[in-house]
Amino acid sequence: MSTREAHSEAVRIDPHTKTTTTGHEWDGIEELDTPLPRWWVVTFYATILWSIGYFLAYPALPTLEGGTQGLIGWHSRASVARDMEQLNEIRGPVLERLANAPLEEIEARPQLLSAVRALGAAAFANNCAGCHGAGAQGAKGYPNLNDDDWLWGGKLSDIRRTIEHGVRWDADKDTRSETMPAFGRDGLLDAKQISLVADQLRAMAKLPGGMATAQGAKLFDDNCSVCHGVDGKGNRDMGAPNLTDALWLFGSDKETIASRIANGGGGVMPAWKDRLDEPTIKALAIYVHTLGGGE
Amino acid sequence: MTSADMGKAKSDSFYAPRKAIYPKEVDGKFRRIKWGLLAFTLAVYYLLPFVRWDRGPDAPSQAVLVDFPHRRFYFFFIEIWPQEVYYLTGLLILAALILFLMNALAGRIWCGYLCPQTVWTDLYLSAERWIEGDARERARKDAGPRSAKIWREKIAKHALWLLIAWWTGGAWVLYFADAPTLVYELATFQPGISEAYIWIGILTFTTYMLAGHMREQVCLYMCPWPRIQAALTDEYALNVTYRYDRGEPRMSLKQASALRAAGAPVGDCVDCDQCVAVCPTGVDIRKGASLGCVQCGLCIDACDSVMAKIGRSQSLIAYDTQMNCDRRRKGEAPLYKPLRARTLIYAALIVAIGALMSVKLATRDDSRLSVLHDRNPLAVTLKDGAVRNAYTIRFANMSAEPRRFLLETSGVEGAEVEIVGVEPDAEGRMIVGVGADQTRETRVLVTWRGARKTKGQTPILFTSKDVESDAAISMRDVFVTP
Repeated sequence: MSTREAHSEAVRIDPHTKTTTTGHEWDGIEELDTPLPRWWVVTFYATILWSIGYFLAYPALPTLEGGTQGLIGWHSRASVARDMEQLNEIRGPVLERLANAPLEEIEARPQLLSAVRALGAAAFANNCAGCHGAGAQGAKGYPNLNDDDWLWGGKLSDIRRTIEHGVRWDADKDTRSETMPAFGRDGLLDAKQISLVADQLRAMAKLPGGMATAQGAKLFDDNCSVCHGVDGKGNRDMGAPNLTDALWLFGSDKETIASRIANGGGGVMPAWKDRLDEPTIKALAIYVHTLGGGE
Repeated sequence: MTSADMGKAKSDSFYAPRKAIYPKEVDGKFRRIKWGLLAFTLAVYYLLPFVRWDRGPDAPSQAVLVDFPHRRFYFFFIEIWPQEVYYLTGLLILAALILFLMNALAGRIWCGYLCPQTVWTDLYLSAERWIEGDARERARKDAGPRSAKIWREKIAKHALWLLIAWWTGGAWVLYFADAPTLVYELATFQPGISEAYIWIGILTFTTYMLAGHMREQVCLYMCPWPRIQAALTDEYALNVTYRYDRGEPRMSLKQASALRAAGAPVGDCVDCDQCVAVCPTGVDIRKGASLGCVQCGLCIDACDSVMAKIGRSQSLIAYDTQMNCDRRRKGEAPLYKPLRARTLIYAALIVAIGALMSVKLATRDDSRLSVLHDRNPLAVTLKDGAVRNAYTIRFANMSAEPRRFLLETSGVEGAEVEIVGVEPDAEGRMIVGVGADQTRETRVLVTWRGARKTKGQTPILFTSKDVESDAAISMRDVFVTP
């Protein structure tokens, strides 16, 4: 006998609870047909009623182009715009003081400095951390902004200019555009010469294993000293790094140095002038300057 | 549910409907103590926010204020900063121990006299009595048909209850903002104080529900204290006790005089049920200790007034112990031991913790220093090979005067210290000025230019020294060498 057939016969009133059973029975266990609590049912119908109102009030049905707009005219974009407006209202006084303060004077005003550093830290995390790292600690090819080694200068005005116009960013005509030639790829030096220059550089930087040779010195003078200086101390106008200090953007092993000589070029940084507003760029300049390496 | 229904065979249901309780009005010693405490505690609650306390022009002048926007708590001459929240922990521990001590001495007197649930329920009951009449009248009105007069009374009662509840919520929010200003803003419906309205709404609702409708059910079903105290109590704790050694066998006055004439034993209890009639939680104290009893002593007042009327001695119900009833019955002298191990230990702990907190409060530093090492990067190599670590150092000036702090370091010898935005003075000292009751966050750079240290961490100690008083605080951190 199937269970379905058993149902009609098995429905009965349970003597303990005075409730009808559903007729379902499994190994002698029967199910009571207990109605849902009234509060539950009422709440359930109330949510259905609510959903109708909700459906009408807010954007709900997608159509082929767009969707229903809802009766109260709510729009998620308008909601964001309102939030942003509120945020700007809160930030307003600080932004105004920031906009009016000359860049060089901000660090001497403790309250403004702490507000501006907070703004700068947020803007840095949003825009700069992708390349320079969350702590501005840099990575191979991306400068560490905490140290005192600056390719293009570490004064507030230098930092500001770098942020505004970028580095080797062709879309900006004021960008810092000087680029190192690809001595190997372009056939200016052969592999042996590159090796000699690399050894020469490592000797100038007092790295272990560096090897100064007369040939190497001549090659350096002929090819490198125009930008990096006869003593290898670099030239910020050209973005040419100091080759005698302890910091190496790409690495100080011979292979890396040789590869840099062979391939030339350099890092690229976007110009932020058109993407960020003036106070944000100021805040970023202050933030980077106060990380520790600012001049 | 009628009384006939209640007599029927017991139901399988776990649900018990509330039995309506109509506590009768009573006068007497304990009732007067309760009125006094009610007036005192409510006066403190409602009026305290308006008490002023001068703290100078830059600080709020409210004696008791929880200032969330500025993260301060003011209590008369004490000002607590968020990091000192352990004082609150101390207060809660003290409160718990005082509750335990009260319990060891006289059971649940907290419940009967001071608990907000009891105080507000008392207030609501007197409002109810004032409008609808005393117990018997209210019971009659509830049982009978509703006339227009009864409806009017009910509406008036609930309106008065809601008014008290609203006032209760209204007083609550005054502890969180300048009270006179907020009262003015509330009275003139100023915009921008929606939090105040929301909290007043919440507390109006809870007060109205708890004191108007739930009453003794809170004590019976919701409050953990009756359960906890039952586990903490002992045989010496005084409780409202029906002295059955004296009261039993109970009988009517007439019967008693007849039996007494015959020389038979007669109890003092005349079974008048007045102790039950006045009980706010519906307990019959003559059945012995009860979970429902809040030790308010109103049954003592009721019984005493009856005993006075029939010319028998007072205190048939009194703060006593069951043990003493048994002892008296056996002809032994009653035993009272307020000084015993647990009361002494509680008292000693209360004194010790109270003293510890007072000493800590009196001698606490009025400045603070916190040091946070940069996490990323941990250390920076400079172009000359020097190593630099950066720290975020916050100076807190908790006094009412602006102060100047001198920052010094030790542990990394020869380290150069700079503070971003702070120029060293003529002697090369790093001095940070902090406004009254403020903190100042600075970025501090420590540079090590000596011979390269081995990779690892060196302990470094930052000391902030008040330039005027020389009071110093130090914080330990590390200098990391990559």
